[in-house]
Amino acid sequence: MLCSACQKKEATVFLTEIVGDKTHKVDLCEACSKEKGASDPGAFALADLLHGLGASQEISPPGSEDLKCPNCGFTQADFKKSGRLGCSECYTTFAEGLEGLLKTMHRGTRHTGKMPQALMQTRALADKLKSLNKSLEKAIAEEDFERAAKLRDEIRQMNAKLKEVTV
Amino acid sequence: MRLNEFLSPAVEMCRRGDPRERIVLSSRVRLARNVKGLPFPGHAKKPDRVKSLEHILPAVEGLPQMERHFAAAMDTLTAMDKQLLVERHLISREHAAKSAGSGIVFNGEESACVMINEEDHLRMQAILPGLQVRQAWALIDQVDTELEKRLDFAFSPELGYLTACPTNVGTGIRVSAMLHLPGLVLAEQINPIIQSVNKLHLAVRGLYGEGTEALGNIFQVSNQTTLGESEAAIVERINKVLAQIIEHEENARAKLLETKPKVVFNHIGRAYGILGNAHSISSKETMNLLSLLRLGMDLGMFPGVERTLVDELFLTTQPAHLQQQHVKKLDTDERDLLRADMMRERLGRVGKPDHTVIKPPPADDAATN
Ligand SMILES: [Zn+2]
Ligand SMILES: [Zn+2]
Repeated sequence: MLCSACQKKEATVFLTEIVGDKTHKVDLCEACSKEKGASDPGAFALADLLHGLGASQEISPPGSEDLKCPNCGFTQADFKKSGRLGCSECYTTFAEGLEGLLKTMHRGTRHTGKMPQALMQTRALADKLKSLNKSLEKAIAEEDFERAAKLRDEIRQMNAKLKEVTV
Repeated sequence: MRLNEFLSPAVEMCRRGDPRERIVLSSRVRLARNVKGLPFPGHAKKPDRVKSLEHILPAVEGLPQMERHFAAAMDTLTAMDKQLLVERHLISREHAAKSAGSGIVFNGEESACVMINEEDHLRMQAILPGLQVRQAWALIDQVDTELEKRLDFAFSPELGYLTACPTNVGTGIRVSAMLHLPGLVLAEQINPIIQSVNKLHLAVRGLYGEGTEALGNIFQVSNQTTLGESEAAIVERINKVLAQIIEHEENARAKLLETKPKVVFNHIGRAYGILGNAHSISSKETMNLLSLLRLGMDLGMFPGVERTLVDELFLTTQPAHLQQQHVKKLDTDERDLLRADMMRERLGRVGKPDHTVIKPPPADDAATN
């Protein structure tokens, strides 16, 4: 049996892992198993390994195989080799192709966990600003000018704060 | 400071845990983070990696959680240093293979550790003894929150933290626990347990050894997915499963003692006999036999012996830890001799296992009611 990574040498390491209802099998030669970290069960996940093999991983949409990340020069061919991306911008460059891949890998496709505090503050301020603007419109429509003036002040302050955290 | 001098002695490390903790050896939470715009380490040229290391290292060293810390660029560490760090679970084998442009920082308690330019720019982890998954998450969450004030992390509101491998994107979290499961292995119940845990999108694998073998009956349970669920949800999911595995292990032990006490005593007695009398022993055999000794301690068959002894021996008989105690460079055969010498010496002071401490089960249920 040939090594599923290099397709050259005889496979000597056979791995099986069951994730969900799927059974993944992969056969590797000595050199590739070392390189992929398969000799170290503490550190490697077969899922990573399989995705690293680029078995059917297309991250460029059909017809745009020469897509290249403008920030780091990463291409579809690079992904096939390593199963890793080139930089954080690659997620934007290859967004279309990655979407399907992420769906098969994870429980969801949207992040629901922690986010950087600075971003959270910005978001909170932006939300607040939105509602203040709405109140302002309403106050103007109702010709409550005293309240509108107050709201304008608040909005001015909020904008200054927003500038502060985003700098 | 040299690594040797910084690392706590093995015996101290092993005393950190709760002595009542029988099954969960340690809990770990790892977060993957990257700096916005910089090429990921695997795609970066060496000068870029050196530059990003220079950018990240001071930020990590300045963390309040790293007040007393060890920091080094990987190319300044010897092969033996790296192996020591692997045996302490502070770095991965992949990271040990790195040199210029990669680095490591960890604190004095060896509870918080940051690998720089492993697969991601930052792989930070909290490791705590025993079942403390929540506490480990709390600790690394703090480290991350401090660090995000100093570094601009790559983050997308939709996809979360952006990682080199799409399998880690989102939370970038890997929650894991190291479990000692000799009861389930002896009772041949380990495979169904592994399969049912796998169904919950969690992975179970032997921590030592290749393929399906699990040296020392030590297994690692960890999450496989990182996107679509919050960190807290993942932590709680693992916690729940761990509680179930612990219960299964306790039940397996009780059942074994009830139905096949002689099998259990035989395994433990033989382990004691070999470890206490061998003159040459491999690391592999040592791990497997120490596991049985540990089981004996859990069952109370070694009264008066501190159970951390087994954990300490487990660590100090690993190749680099063994080498650390000797000036001369050892080959495998020499290590096997020295390992056996050490084991005979340490177990010489441990009395024979006493199976009479284990009460035979009541003849039938009626007798106890
Ligand atoms: Zn190969
Ligand atoms: Zn890129």
